[in-house]
Amino acid sequence: MSAARESLIGRRIERREDYRFLTGVGQYTDDITLERQSYATFVRSPHAHAKIRAIDTKQAEHAPGVLAVFTGKDVAALGGLPCGWLITSIDGTPMKEPKHPIIVEDTVRHVGDQVALVVAESLAQAKAAAALVEVDYDVLPAVVDTATASKNKTAVHAIAPDNVCYTWGIGDKGAVDAAFAKAAHITKLTFVNNRVVPNAIEPRAANAMYSRADDSYTLYVTSQNPHVERLLMTAFVLGLPEHKLRVVAPDVGGGFGSKIYLYAEETALVWASKRVGRPIKWTAERSESFLTDAHGRDHVTTAELALDKNGTFLALRVDTTANMGAYLSTFASCIPTILYATLLAGQYATPAIYCRVQAVFTNTAPVDAVRGAGRPEATYVVERIVELAARELKMHPAELRRRNFIRKFPHASPVGLTYDTGDYQATLKRVEEIADVNGYAARKKASAAKGLLRGIGYSCYIEACGIAPSNIAGALGARAGLYEAGEVRVHPTGKVTVFTGSHSHGQGHETTFSQIVADKLGIGLEDVDIQHGDTGKVLFGMGTYGSRSLAVGGTAIIKAADKVIAKGKKIAAHLLEAGEADIEFANGEFRVAGTDRKKAFGEVAFAAYVPHNYPLDKLEPGLNENAFYDPTNFTFPAGSYICEVEVDPATGAVRLDRFAACDDFGNVVNPMIVEGQVHGGLAHGIGQALLEHCIYNEDGQLITGSFSDYALPRADDLCSFVVETVRGTPCTHNPLGVKGCGEAGAIGSPPAVINAIVDALSEYGIRDMPMPATPFRVWQTIQAAKR
Amino acid sequence: MAEPIQLKVNGKGVAADVPPETLLATYLREHLRLTGTHIGCDTASCGACTVHIDGRAVKSCNVLVGQVQGREVTTIEGITPADGSLHPMQAAFKSCHGLQCGFCTAGMVMSAIDLVMHAAHATDAEIREGIDGNFCRCTGYQNIVKSIAQGAKAMGK
Repeated sequence: MSAARESLIGRRIERREDYRFLTGVGQYTDDITLERQSYATFVRSPHAHAKIRAIDTKQAEHAPGVLAVFTGKDVAALGGLPCGWLITSIDGTPMKEPKHPIIVEDTVRHVGDQVALVVAESLAQAKAAAALVEVDYDVLPAVVDTATASKNKTAVHAIAPDNVCYTWGIGDKGAVDAAFAKAAHITKLTFVNNRVVPNAIEPRAANAMYSRADDSYTLYVTSQNPHVERLLMTAFVLGLPEHKLRVVAPDVGGGFGSKIYLYAEETALVWASKRVGRPIKWTAERSESFLTDAHGRDHVTTAELALDKNGTFLALRVDTTANMGAYLSTFASCIPTILYATLLAGQYATPAIYCRVQAVFTNTAPVDAVRGAGRPEATYVVERIVELAARELKMHPAELRRRNFIRKFPHASPVGLTYDTGDYQATLKRVEEIADVNGYAARKKASAAKGLLRGIGYSCYIEACGIAPSNIAGALGARAGLYEAGEVRVHPTGKVTVFTGSHSHGQGHETTFSQIVADKLGIGLEDVDIQHGDTGKVLFGMGTYGSRSLAVGGTAIIKAADKVIAKGKKIAAHLLEAGEADIEFANGEFRVAGTDRKKAFGEVAFAAYVPHNYPLDKLEPGLNENAFYDPTNFTFPAGSYICEVEVDPATGAVRLDRFAACDDFGNVVNPMIVEGQVHGGLAHGIGQALLEHCIYNEDGQLITGSFSDYALPRADDLCSFVVETVRGTPCTHNPLGVKGCGEAGAIGSPPAVINAIVDALSEYGIRDMPMPATPFRVWQTIQAAKR
Repeated sequence: MAEPIQLKVNGKGVAADVPPETLLATYLREHLRLTGTHIGCDTASCGACTVHIDGRAVKSCNVLVGQVQGREVTTIEGITPADGSLHPMQAAFKSCHGLQCGFCTAGMVMSAIDLVMHAAHATDAEIREGIDGNFCRCTGYQNIVKSIAQGAKAMGK
């Protein structure tokens, strides 16, 4: 026992959550069926923009099995779904915040907007009755196009007649203008960051129940942050006492951002459950997911990079129009501002940056965070413009990047962030090795022999994770701090239950968090259980997004474990009749320093709960500690990616041939899980670059509304990735030294892919390729270049 | 109502007293409470609902109960050993980290077993093609491919 045991940090430990998922005994929201269960369906608008003249629900109300039909009139007195970030325009005015009703009363604003809720004994009966709800619409022109929304004569909301939600800016415009005036070279490009649909494979679902016994509600819901869901729903929409609603997010089948937000459906269900007097379940069909899950990206950007004659970056000027969709979703306003423009320095020491962002309303589904959230858009801007500049200056793209890397830390960027640490040379050097850049020329030749064009593309990304230092977030418009809470509850036998405000929906927290706690307390992995996703169990939590769980949630747990150890030392000192200052804790033992007198962790736990001999005059019994953690800074994961593609010039087909990623996530607790996160992120980003495109037609009809029309990457669309994580620069301001890894792949990969395609097509003089680079688009671009 | 439809689910005979147009996926989930089979789409695209019918992988959202009269349906619950251990393919997914959120996993494992029993799976490319009917949004498929190769070996295939 006294020999130092092997650390549990950095080990590829198989996941403890896997057994239930592999054997079909996981419990996802739709798997839960309650006593006297009833079922809901929503009547949704088929129009992008229309006045509701009248709704007739009479037939539906009398249809077989129907328990209730609700319309916008029934919920008109309730609040709208709130937005969590207040962005202030350059002119000092607050962003426009139209009401986002849980059931629309007078005007529908996107296809899929909910106009009635039908509750019935069975789902089939609810659907049959929904078809009988007659809605008389007066169809209005739709605003769809992001770039021209502010010039459209139609207003999505009367309070924003020009469809502008806000016009926001960051950086020193004067300094940027001055730098451009003296630049030796300016590279300019206008491009679109394509709109994507998150598409977690588990559709959103909710099951709400009211109990007359104690006038309380329980909601099972597909959420990444049940406490946030509860707070927003009770305090801002329904006006219910917060402690009378328990929100449970059980096993959740992927989030990717889409399950952060408070949605209309679950809110309406909670409200209706009391009126119906039965539990009500709703599960989105995939077509509803396409119509109503918050979408991502959808930016139109013009970027200009000023360089001196040596290729040193002087300034970056960026002008972006970002689509908010029809309403402001929970985080919508902060994505193209706080999580986007602040990242425009990338890995470079660009001295001056100015970015203006105009956010517009359109008659499309709300747009919010999707894996990466703002940072993929920023990385795309930076890494495309840098690549293009290198091409124009006839420099190797890696060389231009190296020349401009930040080398000294901490580094205060001109757009508001202070990077604590990083080593960008190291990840770029290493990725060139694992990508076998030296063998590229031979591979290009081999492709050419087959009539194929091979290209290579680089991308060096940075992200800000571990959201958020609450004071900084507050200064940037966040309406709430972004702490995290953790509780370490030691049971009398020394077994431990950890309660965390983070939520796992694929990330493997039950394994990773067990590793850090078992390591810290010197107990077995099997002695630790992780509980999450239930406001009835967990004190508080801000949830999981922005790659924050280990950096923020994990740190809260470590702080709670520190308190357990501190109290354990007091108890041990008493039991060992020694001074508290003489007690050391290591390897699961409290020991009087320099002696062999010791108490095991379990003995101290036992003494804490059922003592015969306890310093009751000085110390309360029990061994259960809570901690809150508010990070002092963001974390800054960074890395370098290299992609190789083969393009068939005859068909425009792009084949992803090789992809290498080298990331610096600081310390790594479970390398197996981290690699899996990178793989998934890469697939997501490569999907955006090559396949995924959410398209509305000019009437606002979603024409990519199913998996038949929207191309999610399949196994044979991808190649095997070469992924390596260097532990070069641990985060300097959290005790684990961790940075976050969940979004990196989705952030860094799109420009690597597009840069590779542009490189492959360089012989045609092609300088840009829109995402997604579908065969048709690539072929069209080649044909246009040939003319 | 018509006579119940007789079929076998996970080795046991059942009489499905539901309208024959009920989707097999719905019948398994709602009536037999076998919720390991998941529904991820409405276009037979995602493969989360994959089960075996007479030993071959089928998307159960695309089959009516009336079509499985007299046939043998196996779900993820049916391939799981009762003693708490794992089928070799399940074990391979665990050791290769071939799953994250777990939602596509049952369908993926059912497809994987069918693939290694009945189709070419010697190369990564063949495995990728073989699971091309199953979406996974979490893993990027890489560790799933690795899992299936390892699972195939463990199954002696």
